[in-house]
Amino acid sequence: MRLADDERRMLDGEHGPATQKAMDLLLRYGEALGAERLVDTNNVCATVGATTPFVRDFAAQHPGGMDAVFSEFSLDSDEVVKIPKVKAYTSHLQQGIDPLNAQLQGVSAELVQIYRKGETYLGGLGVQLLNTCTPYQVGNVPVKGEHCAWMESSAVIYCNSVLGGRTNAEGRESAGAAMLTGKIPYWGYHLDQNRLGTHLIELELEVKDTADWGLLGYYVGEMVQERIPVLNGVSHVPNLARLKHFGAAASSSGGVEMYHVIGVTPEAASLKEAFGGGRPQETLKYGPAERKLAYERVNSTGRDTHVDYVMLGCPHYSIEQIWEVCQLLEGQRIHADTSLWIFTPSTIKQVADRNGYTKIITDAGGHLMTDTCSAFGRVMPKGTKVAAVDSAKQAHYLPAIMGVQAWFGTTADCIQAAISGRWSGRLG
Amino acid sequence: MTKIVLHGRKVVGGSAEGEALVTTDRISGWGGIDPRTGTIIETRHELRGQSFKGKVLVFPGAKGSSGWSSQFHVARLAGAAPAAMLFNEMTTKIALGAVVAHAPALTDFDQDPLQVIATGDWVRVDADQGIVEVTKREAGA
Repeated sequence: MRLADDERRMLDGEHGPATQKAMDLLLRYGEALGAERLVDTNNVCATVGATTPFVRDFAAQHPGGMDAVFSEFSLDSDEVVKIPKVKAYTSHLQQGIDPLNAQLQGVSAELVQIYRKGETYLGGLGVQLLNTCTPYQVGNVPVKGEHCAWMESSAVIYCNSVLGGRTNAEGRESAGAAMLTGKIPYWGYHLDQNRLGTHLIELELEVKDTADWGLLGYYVGEMVQERIPVLNGVSHVPNLARLKHFGAAASSSGGVEMYHVIGVTPEAASLKEAFGGGRPQETLKYGPAERKLAYERVNSTGRDTHVDYVMLGCPHYSIEQIWEVCQLLEGQRIHADTSLWIFTPSTIKQVADRNGYTKIITDAGGHLMTDTCSAFGRVMPKGTKVAAVDSAKQAHYLPAIMGVQAWFGTTADCIQAAISGRWSGRLG
Repeated sequence: MTKIVLHGRKVVGGSAEGEALVTTDRISGWGGIDPRTGTIIETRHELRGQSFKGKVLVFPGAKGSSGWSSQFHVARLAGAAPAAMLFNEMTTKIALGAVVAHAPALTDFDQDPLQVIATGDWVRVDADQGIVEVTKREAGA
């Protein structure tokens, strides 16, 4: 890989040991990829905190404190280096806990202390503590063509596909290095020719609500794996929540990091533009049989109809989704044996507080939480065996990570389960 | 004893040997493995319940969360990383994951490792030279 003069100086240590470690990692990573060079970036989304499992144990035990956590987990350096203020504009993704609901989440006071320590540390470095998997919902909205270094598969796919920003799915270490250097390998989705569609998906039915878009994403992800699907035949322009759920699902059942929707997304005004004038490698159809198969697959762990826990907000809910839930929930009371936790960015929760939505949820017996989610933070109501979700991504991960059964359905199915304590969702 | 030699491109240098663990399913990092033991946990994965700790992991590529690298990073710190990684599809997840796992890794082979290598074969990896030497497990052994 060729390094530019400023990059060479970083590698030579002119900007201090942390930047040197960062450039060394970018060099190793870029050569592993087969990249020819790096590209400038001033938009990084990363997980840096120490509240996730394993990292929290490391943080509690290591004498080097938060610099040691950053050195090891964000720069792949076992030598502890002093971390300077970040060079690139950086947003923090989700955390391992919601500090304001620690007790309810069964989180120790010690862990809340680690969270607070991390908050002070990262704020001091200049990291924006958005603390959400959906930075694009709270002000970090890349423009078309902007080179980014984002983590979080559901955010990466949204950035590339819906916004036309350019990012690969970065990891904690490469994003950490990008924060300190403002550089990332010029590879993959940063290049025009790698953003063209590969697989044509002909829709043979109307994709209606958010759950339906999640099902479509779950099916497409499994079929195309890490390739670039192009959806043709969409009858209505989907909103933010629908594309958010589509992308989150496609990047869970597969490794999709970019897709096109003809007539909707910014690099797909036509089939010709989406495929760059070439032909699809493969054409697949999505009709009632494929939809049914996706529904069965995403519900493969659901057996018992008694529901202990309803989890909404994967990816973090928008204010529109909270509003929708409140319309279903207002004046109702959730079942005594069932918990309802809804996750959203803290910025959006402020609006929910102001609008009276938080009170509607609380009055019904539910909780509006921030910063984390059940799969990421491994936080669930005690004794949960059966969960219900409206996110195909969460239905995919929660059983694997937490050993629970998961039912997937519409938001209305989930609210119904919260109220009745039983799962009665079925494919409409 | 049958020996087969594959040639590939170095992703991460170094050399290692061990028993092969082969899957045609892509692997999820975060939510797909338990990094403390190196066990595959993804619900519908063909290797579910099996550990890659100390094995030469042969697989098509990575999928899922961008937490891929950090999970293999944790696996290394926990002593549960694979001895080496051989794969076909290059992505940022797998490149970074291999780098931080500090495991010798190769891709772009002259023969498909998923076809040539079977679980239980003994595999020597010299990533700096780009060479993989496979000793087939004796039939019935």
